[in-house]
Amino acid sequence: MNLVVLIKRVPDTETRIQIKEGKVVTDGISWIISPYDEYAVEEALRINEKLGGGKVTLLCLGPNDAKETIRKGLALGADDAVHLNDPAFGNGDATVTAKVLAAALKKMQYDFVLAGKQAVDEDNAQVAVRVAELLDLPHVNSVIKLELAADKQSAQCTREVDGDRDVATTTLPAIITAQQGLNEPRYPSLKGIMGAKKKPIVDWKAADLGLDPATLSAKLETVRVDPPPARPPGKKLAGDAATAAKELVRLLREEAKVI
Amino acid sequence: MGNNILIVAEEREGTLRKVAYELVTVANAMARELGGAMEACVLGNGVAACADSLAQTGVTQVYCADSPALQHFAPEVFAATLADVIRQAAPAAILFGATGWGKELGARVAAKLDLGVVADCVAFQVEGGTLVFQRPIYAGKAIATVRAKALPVIASMRPNIFPPAPLGDARAPVQAVAVSAVAARSQVIEKVKKEAAAVDLAEAKVVVSGGRGAKSTEGFVPIHELAKILGAAVGASRAAVDAGWIDYSTQVGQTGKTVAPQLYIALGISGAIQHLAGMSSSKVIVAVNKDPDAPIFQAADYGIVADMFDVLPVLNEELKRVLSEK
Ligand SMILES: Cc1cc2nc3c(=O)[nH]c(=O)nc-3n(C[C@H](O)[C@H](O)[C@H](O)COP(=O)(O)OP(=O)(O)OC[C@H]3O[C@@H](n4cnc5c(N)ncnc54)[C@H](O)[C@@H]3O)c2cc1C
Ligand SMILES: Nc1ncnc2c1ncn2[C@@H]1O[C@H](COP(=O)(O)O)[C@@H](O)[C@H]1O
Repeated sequence: MNLVVLIKRVPDTETRIQIKEGKVVTDGISWIISPYDEYAVEEALRINEKLGGGKVTLLCLGPNDAKETIRKGLALGADDAVHLNDPAFGNGDATVTAKVLAAALKKMQYDFVLAGKQAVDEDNAQVAVRVAELLDLPHVNSVIKLELAADKQSAQCTREVDGDRDVATTTLPAIITAQQGLNEPRYPSLKGIMGAKKKPIVDWKAADLGLDPATLSAKLETVRVDPPPARPPGKKLAGDAATAAKELVRLLREEAKVI
Repeated sequence: MGNNILIVAEEREGTLRKVAYELVTVANAMARELGGAMEACVLGNGVAACADSLAQTGVTQVYCADSPALQHFAPEVFAATLADVIRQAAPAAILFGATGWGKELGARVAAKLDLGVVADCVAFQVEGGTLVFQRPIYAGKAIATVRAKALPVIASMRPNIFPPAPLGDARAPVQAVAVSAVAARSQVIEKVKKEAAAVDLAEAKVVVSGGRGAKSTEGFVPIHELAKILGAAVGASRAAVDAGWIDYSTQVGQTGKTVAPQLYIALGISGAIQHLAGMSSSKVIVAVNKDPDAPIFQAADYGIVADMFDVLPVLNEELKRVLSEK
């Protein structure tokens, strides 16, 4: 099948977020494919490996150096990629990002689209769902199991939402977002990493998508970013395990008043 | 557009979720400052009682879409029906609970109406005629202040942050809303319930988590027991989840659940940055770890350097004793 996977480049989850003058310092950050998007890539690869044939295309909106992250996805086995790379997309919020992704998908051919449940930078959990609405496609969110019907015109999904599990069906094409549990993503092989260098990545700008940058104005503005409030220093409880356990219960009750 | 605030109330099996009452508290403050009123909306099957409860919260109008077509979640049908309500109510802001349901429906409706969504808000201000919100990003490693460049805006508010509003004497009118006729190309067909006794992690007041130090599925038995005594939800580190000792839906952290309970107890968890991201805004944090240098102790209000399996039996007995005295 022709599958498109939406991938976002985010700081490695190991990153300590440094803040200077109300902004996140991005120098020196190492970037990864957002972990939920990795599940989406893995699922797309598995679907085509099982069916034999087909194509997996990565679609990423990001600055110039997002190419490096796109190559990581190609190294996993995706066939090619589209890089939405234009300063006009740069300062967009989720509303703008979704509009640009939707405009790109309109130019592409696909049987369905996979994405992550959320990108682990701003934790918005909205871009993929917005794209579905903009393209008038159905969506299923937070999927941990995906089964295609024999005729590939529909799919049955198990979702994990708010601690519940439910089963949903959808017609295809649709946008399906991945939740942890969908699969175990592979590591890139050496051959994959070498091969990725030769795989095609096309760049599309606003003009290629027929988008007027003036229509790409954000609805939201991030005024500033601050570190989370510092926690007061804690105390270690003295004595052996039993003594400390009893003292803990007393403190939770009398000092912290949480039980 | 007016100055009203519209609450989208989430229900579960015919009962409003607690976060719906928390939204009333938020909407009340916003409406007062913007000089508008509060209205509320509920969608589902058999939700007349929910509409009735909402009508007693001080809102001036309840919109109620009650239909078998809304028995199970169908994003397109819910979004189209809600969009009709929003067009009619013409509010300055639309509030959802920042639950999976609220965030998903909010995103779909937002795209339909070309509105911005500020997700997972923990605080807000009315400033210069618009709304400004604080929201954790990078799973809590930083806090962003986000301003709506124009109203209306959609916001989802984190559960357990704002106090729930009480019911009053007034009774607002309930207007029945017709379900949109759009086709449900995707829809939930069946709910597979989790264990009845389990408490939802995201909403729990107390969370008790185990990590690699728990060593096995059996190692989680006293952790489950502790959770039961405290009425807590059980969480886990990724190491425990990856080892298969507990279901991955319990993972707390940057790629798991973000939790902010009154009390978080971490047992045999080292405190990796991805784990801390998901729980460090908890009110009180307790850590039990053999290693005095484990990073979790830097986040903990109370730390015990000891083997968790020496601590747990005494802790469980002592808690049972103390809680029965209440
Ligand atoms: C992309 C990515 C995303 C990730 N997301 C998450 C996430 O969302 N959540 C998450 O938790 N992790 C996440 N991780 C993993 C994270 O980096 C750590 O590996 C993980 O949190 C470690 O789990 P742990 O603390 O249980 O195990 P360890 O780091 O191995 O720590 C075990 C601790 O238990 C203590 N211990 C051992 N035995 C006992 C005993 N008997 N009594 C008391 N203490 C004992 C040890 O001293 C040690 O401190 C992620 C990693 C990556 C790469
Ligand atoms: N800039 C982007 N480029 C490609 N895909 C994106 C981008 N931003 C978000 N997405 C997709 O939308 C999902 C949800 O993102 P978000 O709403 O930012 O949490 C991500 O997991 C990606 O699959």
